[in-house]
Amino acid sequence: MKVLVPVKRVVDYNIKPRVAADGSGVETQGVKMSMNPFDEIALEEALRLREKGHAQEVVAVSIGPQAAQDTLRTAMAMGADRAILIRTDAELEPLAVAKLLQAVVEREQPGLVSMGKQAIDDDMNATGQILAAKLGWPQGTFASEVIVDNGSAIVSREIDGGVEVVSLTLPAVITADLRLNEPRYASLPNIMKARKKPLETIEADSLDVDIAPRLKVVSVSEPPAREAGVIVKSVEELVNKLKTEAKVLP
Amino acid sequence: MTALVLIEIEQGQVRQASRSAIAAASHFGDVDVLLFGEGVDAASALSGVRKVLHVPAAPHLLAEPTAAFIAQHAEAYSHILSPASATGKNVLPRVAGLLDVQPLTDVIEIKGDDTFVRPIYAGNALVTVQSADRIKVLTIRSSNFDPVDATGGSAAVEVLDLPAEDEKSRFVRVELSNSDRPELEVARVIISGGKGVKDARNFETLLAPVADKLDAAIGASRAAVDAGFAPNEMQVGQTGKIVAPELYIAVGLSGALQHLAGMKDSRTIVAINIDPDAPIFKVADYGLVGDLFEVMPELAKAL
Repeated sequence: MKVLVPVKRVVDYNIKPRVAADGSGVETQGVKMSMNPFDEIALEEALRLREKGHAQEVVAVSIGPQAAQDTLRTAMAMGADRAILIRTDAELEPLAVAKLLQAVVEREQPGLVSMGKQAIDDDMNATGQILAAKLGWPQGTFASEVIVDNGSAIVSREIDGGVEVVSLTLPAVITADLRLNEPRYASLPNIMKARKKPLETIEADSLDVDIAPRLKVVSVSEPPAREAGVIVKSVEELVNKLKTEAKVLP
Repeated sequence: MTALVLIEIEQGQVRQASRSAIAAASHFGDVDVLLFGEGVDAASALSGVRKVLHVPAAPHLLAEPTAAFIAQHAEAYSHILSPASATGKNVLPRVAGLLDVQPLTDVIEIKGDDTFVRPIYAGNALVTVQSADRIKVLTIRSSNFDPVDATGGSAAVEVLDLPAEDEKSRFVRVELSNSDRPELEVARVIISGGKGVKDARNFETLLAPVADKLDAAIGASRAAVDAGFAPNEMQVGQTGKIVAPELYIAVGLSGALQHLAGMKDSRTIVAINIDPDAPIFKVADYGLVGDLFEVMPELAKAL
């Protein structure tokens, strides 16, 4: 089968985001961008499925501006066979992204969509579930283990208080949690090779999908700052302050 | 306007996170709750609930049949909510997909029927958004809403048919980790260990005695979980549990962005760390620079 891996270009997770002075959003100009960490895990899982012989082809897809090509080159350097860029400069919500991905799925006919559980910029945790709903496919969200076997996927899912195991009939959508695997690094030779792998660009407008936003951003603000605390010298002083000052201990 | 809240039962009781979601839903008018499986008495006794929609069977809340069922009944409601629990996060975006609306997850404040605040970028920014969708689908960050009372209500119960089994998805098993301690999301006090705790045994010998004295839940940083010191469900952070207890004691953890996203709304934060430059001290109300292997036994004794 073919595995489709949606990847998102986001502000690097090591960067402390700064809210724009006019409250319109978060500064992204001149900020280091990388592949969303959960997407790296989803891609790694797809590559492992190919290495185990469960998949024949891994296709990375990204939706966004021309610069999202870099993210796709990274995906191919990690091992994706080819890539598709759905090009648009519009701000997209998960619902719109899911609809564009649905169009790609209908064209590519993958047996599995492996994607991250959430993007670390909008922290939405919704695109995989919406895509599964649109396709009428089963979903295995927050996956910590995936076993593909005879037309189905046995997925261990991280839930409150433990792990739940579900069996999904393929095709399915799986969203990767942190513990699913440790993604590989792209080696220099593979980065060079990735430059020659096919990257197809499709204009989002050509897909005839309604991507108009449903949400209007009223404002973006800094969260309230915490007041600076004090350094105590001893356990005794700490316990004393927790009792008398903070009043959180009896 | 009427809101529908998907609730969850644990050990015969309605989970506190579900009661917080009901409190959030009450901003919109009447509240009906949807219950799958057992616990109808507890659901009916909830304060501030108009009606319980009860589906007696189907205890596993698999996303496919649960979302299909909610979508079928959605047109009677202006808002559909759940806590941002593992179940809520799994099911509600799928409901939104079926209804062709954009869900809003992890809502921390309700400013009006269509205007909501949610954190983005690991809690480093708050965005206020206005939704144009006909039905609003929301998951609620429970630590930001005081739960409704578990008792005092007497809501009517309407029994509904089990949704047809979706054969594309099948429950296999669940493995819960047993703990006598309070749940992380509801604990008044949390004591969390990081990589500095060094191994799993030290969580028991150093953190547990303090937790016992304070009736605290024990949490962990992602680094501690990844290193195998603690199971995943103990993880506090952007990718784990979001908590806001009265007292949060961070032991041997540096305070990475992704961890802070999960605990920086705690009322009082205490940091115990040997590195005076650890970022955790920037958010801590009280910091103690010292070796946790000496400090923790002392703390257990002092309490």
